[in-house]
Amino acid sequence: MMRLKNYLCLPVGLLAALFAGACGSVDIDDEDLDEVDGTDAPAVVTRVDPATAATVNGKVYFEGDLPRARRLAMDAEPACAGLHTKPVYSEVVVPNDNNTLRHVFVYVKEGLEGMMFETPTEPAILDQKGCIYLPHMLGVQINQPVRILNSDPTTHNVHPTPRNNREWNESMAPNVPPKMKQFPREEVMIPVKCNVHPWMKSYIGVLPHPFFSVTGADGSFEITGLPPGEYTIGIWHEFLKEGVTTQKVTVAASESKSVDFTLKQAS
Amino acid sequence: MNHSLPTSIGSAGSYHYFAVVTACFTFLLIVAGALVTGNEAGLSVPDWPLSYGSLNPPWEGNIRYEHGHRLVAAFVGLLTIALAVWVWKKETRGPVRKLGWIALGVVVAQGILGGITVLWYLPAPISVLHACLAQTFFCLVVSLAWLSSPAWTRQRREASSSLPLNRLAMATAGAIYLQLLLGAIFRHTQSGILPHLLGALLVTVLAVCLVARVFQSQRLPSGLTVAATSLGILLALQLLLGLASWLLRLATADAVQPQFPVVAVTTAHVAVGALILAASVILALQSFRVRSEGRRAESRVPATPVNP
Repeated sequence: MMRLKNYLCLPVGLLAALFAGACGSVDIDDEDLDEVDGTDAPAVVTRVDPATAATVNGKVYFEGDLPRARRLAMDAEPACAGLHTKPVYSEVVVPNDNNTLRHVFVYVKEGLEGMMFETPTEPAILDQKGCIYLPHMLGVQINQPVRILNSDPTTHNVHPTPRNNREWNESMAPNVPPKMKQFPREEVMIPVKCNVHPWMKSYIGVLPHPFFSVTGADGSFEITGLPPGEYTIGIWHEFLKEGVTTQKVTVAASESKSVDFTLKQAS
Repeated sequence: MNHSLPTSIGSAGSYHYFAVVTACFTFLLIVAGALVTGNEAGLSVPDWPLSYGSLNPPWEGNIRYEHGHRLVAAFVGLLTIALAVWVWKKETRGPVRKLGWIALGVVVAQGILGGITVLWYLPAPISVLHACLAQTFFCLVVSLAWLSSPAWTRQRREASSSLPLNRLAMATAGAIYLQLLLGAIFRHTQSGILPHLLGALLVTVLAVCLVARVFQSQRLPSGLTVAATSLGILLALQLLLGLASWLLRLATADAVQPQFPVVAVTTAHVAVGALILAASVILALQSFRVRSEGRRAESRVPATPVNP
């Protein structure tokens, strides 16, 4: 009998060790988030005089070869495939005709420390339409409401996987009322996915200020309403991580400056 | 203290086929679980124990994999309850009787872990634990099926091994379990593959030694040679599947995942891994049996008088 017991000890021991490892995981608790919502933030809201507000604009270019566009495999999902008359391609890397990139998040990374900006009450919109997220990349301010819609005749789940905010995962059946969500901590970027349709991915950038933009069909961006000052502009792309990803720029009152970025595939 | 495995199954054979059915459904459950992971469907149903607040959620997208996995798991849970009761009523061997209750405890724990993985958003340690506990449960059910099988009793009483097998068989089973753990860590944490490759090397060396030793031995029961042959064939297949899944992952690295070929091959890799573990468990049980029978036979032989 003893030998049989010995034989059983191995998996039991391994399981005990694994469970000990599992207990060591770290999570953000409610108290952490309450502190962020909190009271230590400066009380005075910075208001930018529209007469002196500066603008930073530019384009994001790519260098070298890019991975070819991949078709999304919706064929197995008639409820999704039926919503499109043409093939749908992944939005991970979307090059424009002028050697620029779409879906690049551009934001003021440094230079606004100590300033506090009013949180918009107007919600940002994240829609699920045609079994893709619209927009693919979204910028919001801390605690700005995000209105999440399901415009599809099929069930989705919305699952942000942040590192610095609380994770949640909620289902959205067709025709349900929109969900209103907020993100109380700064984070660039929060991936959002639908686990029902694993190709569906979106990214939300959460910032303590309103100075961000996402490149469009011509690869351009524009950040308006900046107080005069010296800033570091950062960019974020979900796949291309190398190249010129930050630029320093100084803008005087009412000045408009242009800065360009270049991204390339990791070597 | 009795150091041997129980040999007489008494009326335990009555539950043998039920244990085999439970083992088959457990294997199906492992395949269903691998499909959930492969298709990134683990959180497609955000609630637990119900699915979208219902027992019959919309069968769309990845919900099919996750809810299908839950349904098979519930069925295996019911089978295990029946099996544990049956073993308790019919089994006369104490350790095997306990095995039924242990299997039930493990399947309950596994269900709770499955719920935790959903409610805590797939924390990697819990997912790894869930994967390993599935294999542990499979081992337990396979053991119950084997210990109640006619093959277990048909074994020749006088069987003895010319080479000691039990330690090597146990080391091989342990290494295979460790390798499954390393594979689960690789899969659920996207960590480096090196530990899993080293595990494959260790398992291959031990399994080849074990299979060679079985075939070098004489007068072994057929169950042992069948298990050894199965282990050898499955191991070769598993190495090919591992290589194929790695190459497919590299080939589709910039594709929109999950890709069907990758899911199919990695699921087969998990499934064959479970079968290898089952074969090694049978080999370990059988080799202990051989040794205990050998000792029993030796104790029956009267001491040879020494000539002056």
